[in-house]
Amino acid sequence: MRAKIAWSAGIWLLALGLAPSAGAQGGKKPPDFPAQQRALADAATIARGEQIYTANCRFCHGADLRGGDSGGPNLLRSRLVFNDKEGELIAPIVTQGSQTAGGGMMPPIPMPSEDVKALAAYLHSVQASMRGQGNPPAGEEKVLNVLVGDASAGKAYFKKTCSSCHSAGDMKGLTEKFPEAMDLQNYWVRGGGDSRRTGKPETPTTVTVKTPAGKTFKGDLVRYDDFIVSLREADGTYRSFSRGDEALKVKIDDPRQAHLQLLPKYSDKDIHDVTAYLASL
Amino acid sequence: MTSRRLFLSVALSALALSPAAAEDVVLAPSVLRKPLAGSWTSYSGDYTGRRYSALDQVNQQTVKHLTLAWTAELTGGPDKSFGRGGASSTPVITGGEGSGEFTSGHNVNVKGSILVVDDILYVTSPDNVWAMDARDGTVLWRYFWETRGGTHIGNRGAAIWNNYLFFETPDDYLVSLDARTGKERWHVEIADFEQQYFSTPAPIVVDNHVLVGTGNDLDSPGFLQSFDPETGKRQWITYSVPMKADDPGLETWPNLDTASHGGGQVWIPGSYDPETRLYIYGTGNPTPGYTGAPRPGDNLFTCTLMAVDIDTGKLKWYFQTSAHDTHDWDSAQTPVLYDAKIDGKMRKLVSTAARNGYFYTLDRVTGEHLLTKKFGTYTNWSLETRPTGVVEPNPEKEATIPGALVSPVEGGVVNWPPPAYSPVTGLFYTHEKNGFNMLYLTEPDPRGSMGLGGKERVQIGSLGDYLIALDPLTGETQWRHEWPGRGGGGLLATAGNVLFTGDGSGNLVAVDATNGKPLWHSRIGDPSNAVQTHLVDGKQHLLVAVRDRLYDYVLY
Repeated sequence: MRAKIAWSAGIWLLALGLAPSAGAQGGKKPPDFPAQQRALADAATIARGEQIYTANCRFCHGADLRGGDSGGPNLLRSRLVFNDKEGELIAPIVTQGSQTAGGGMMPPIPMPSEDVKALAAYLHSVQASMRGQGNPPAGEEKVLNVLVGDASAGKAYFKKTCSSCHSAGDMKGLTEKFPEAMDLQNYWVRGGGDSRRTGKPETPTTVTVKTPAGKTFKGDLVRYDDFIVSLREADGTYRSFSRGDEALKVKIDDPRQAHLQLLPKYSDKDIHDVTAYLASL
Repeated sequence: MTSRRLFLSVALSALALSPAAAEDVVLAPSVLRKPLAGSWTSYSGDYTGRRYSALDQVNQQTVKHLTLAWTAELTGGPDKSFGRGGASSTPVITGGEGSGEFTSGHNVNVKGSILVVDDILYVTSPDNVWAMDARDGTVLWRYFWETRGGTHIGNRGAAIWNNYLFFETPDDYLVSLDARTGKERWHVEIADFEQQYFSTPAPIVVDNHVLVGTGNDLDSPGFLQSFDPETGKRQWITYSVPMKADDPGLETWPNLDTASHGGGQVWIPGSYDPETRLYIYGTGNPTPGYTGAPRPGDNLFTCTLMAVDIDTGKLKWYFQTSAHDTHDWDSAQTPVLYDAKIDGKMRKLVSTAARNGYFYTLDRVTGEHLLTKKFGTYTNWSLETRPTGVVEPNPEKEATIPGALVSPVEGGVVNWPPPAYSPVTGLFYTHEKNGFNMLYLTEPDPRGSMGLGGKERVQIGSLGDYLIALDPLTGETQWRHEWPGRGGGGLLATAGNVLFTGDGSGNLVAVDATNGKPLWHSRIGDPSNAVQTHLVDGKQHLLVAVRDRLYDYVLY
């Protein structure tokens, strides 16, 4: 929605935490933070550390290091693990046990210092594969069911709200175009769009300009602000107009406007129901 | 008042203004308390956060005569003039703790305030500080910080005090320079880089305190710190979340471990009230950001307006502008301090327009809540407002597996770009962005959620972006100007009754502060910082950045 605008893009980038590539001039940019910058131990050590983790730690801290049901804290965001280099901070906790901030107790797990080093090497290797903004390492994608709506309620909603513009027949191809229910839902709620993320309209916004002299121009909208409106006519001719004269009439036609006006009116249940209905066609 | 007392007070003010009292320094600390006019001495121009300039040469009639005085393109990154010599090359002073592997600072983007003191500009972008001649944009010196890394998202500007500049780096240092030469005085580490902190705010100097915030996206605790401007020694630290068993607010978290991983970063400078010696600032979102399940409760003091004692950092009052946030809606907006009459009585007030679409007014001395009012027309995440004025979040509008339609979008109805307040019109000016997202929960295991992960956000569309003028005592909108495009960023109000901002369509725009009507524009691209104004040789200038380029306009 905002990518074309530098100022808003800054906010958007901030929101996404995507720093602009800092090394544009100098090739590849190293990772931002030490956990991802540091050299890893050799593969054999990491593999041995993983075995030690599985045997001793996994039960409490979880297979993915993000904490376990039996109360072990998340090690991926652990301050101690972040500050540890090669087991020097982890060793006392492992060998002597610890009272956790969550109120639980970790029992001592005696092991030789070489094993603690291998364990630390494994923990650091997992931290190194974390993604930005606290996203954990990429794992298996979870299959989640977006399709929870009531198709018959969706059919009734469609008839009441959508059928003045759309027929059920028009909607039939959608499930082929969007086999994933999430994509289908985003597509129709948005009122069309070319992809899951950007929502760039399939049909361009058009504009009709009527000049004070009474001439009318129509085409795809190029620029529209408080000062200038410009368009491209069907034959490719470009025209621009200053908006200073109040006698200049400008009519914008966004093909998605009817959909946008519905956004404040939907309940989330309406949305899920209509998606279920569309998916059933 | 007797004539003798009158004489005495005149003598005292003459003393305060004399060069002897100022000790011939670049910026005497007393100047920091002055209302915004000819100079720009701190992040918001003055301590009030109003971004209201007393300059009035540019007004509703004269604004159309603004003309470009100069423009300058900034170059950053490592010093490449080495060995090249030549009298024309700008002195580059290099510091930093990096090995040189992480070269940065090339992609200059000015996203913060530019200090203007004695006809010199001090400009920042991550890892770079420039001193420039305000008359023509000539670069006098540049300081380059060789970084260890960190998120290079932006820098909100430098602070100045006596002969010293202060700024923060993405790899978590507070650096102090000699403002006259750019030579480094010292640098101190202000946050643990290992914990993935990164630092963007402009420091604020009050008396002998340099107030410093920082940022983090990975479940680390947020904090505000104060450093000694002479030595760089830390004076106090105030965490945004409970860190010990007896810390206040712990009852709003399930346990201490969750609380101390609960975020609340302090990444936008606050405002300061010299009378009460309170520093008032907003804190960021709780973490994990999008999953409320692991952290039931209000999650104090995240998304909270904080008032701390400047000398001790002790919390004097607070008001949570977003209880139990689950949308990454940081309350890192600039609070605005002003006085106004309520029920016939002058009150000392603070107002903030929060990213979540709600506007709040409080008594800034006591923290007494006076007003909660929704200003995002389509904002839909909330239930009723509690008797305390805190808005109850609707759990159904958290990220869900089948998707929730939420307004505003993650970026908010507003974001960090500052609002403005004019004591002439008595109005609070802000943008209002009415976007919608579909918000899906993609990590249903609350145990596994961290940072800003665990969700998918899909942009749906917008029902319009506006510039609005609010009566801060009622929250009622006095006028709205719809942007044909996507709306702009930070605001500037002036005594000439003109507001300046970007329009989101590539224009720097001046609008009439009394009715929102556009008066003037210049198509320079979307400003990357908030427009500023100052005097050079008695003439009013406008200064704005579009990424790596500065534009300076003047009314001759």
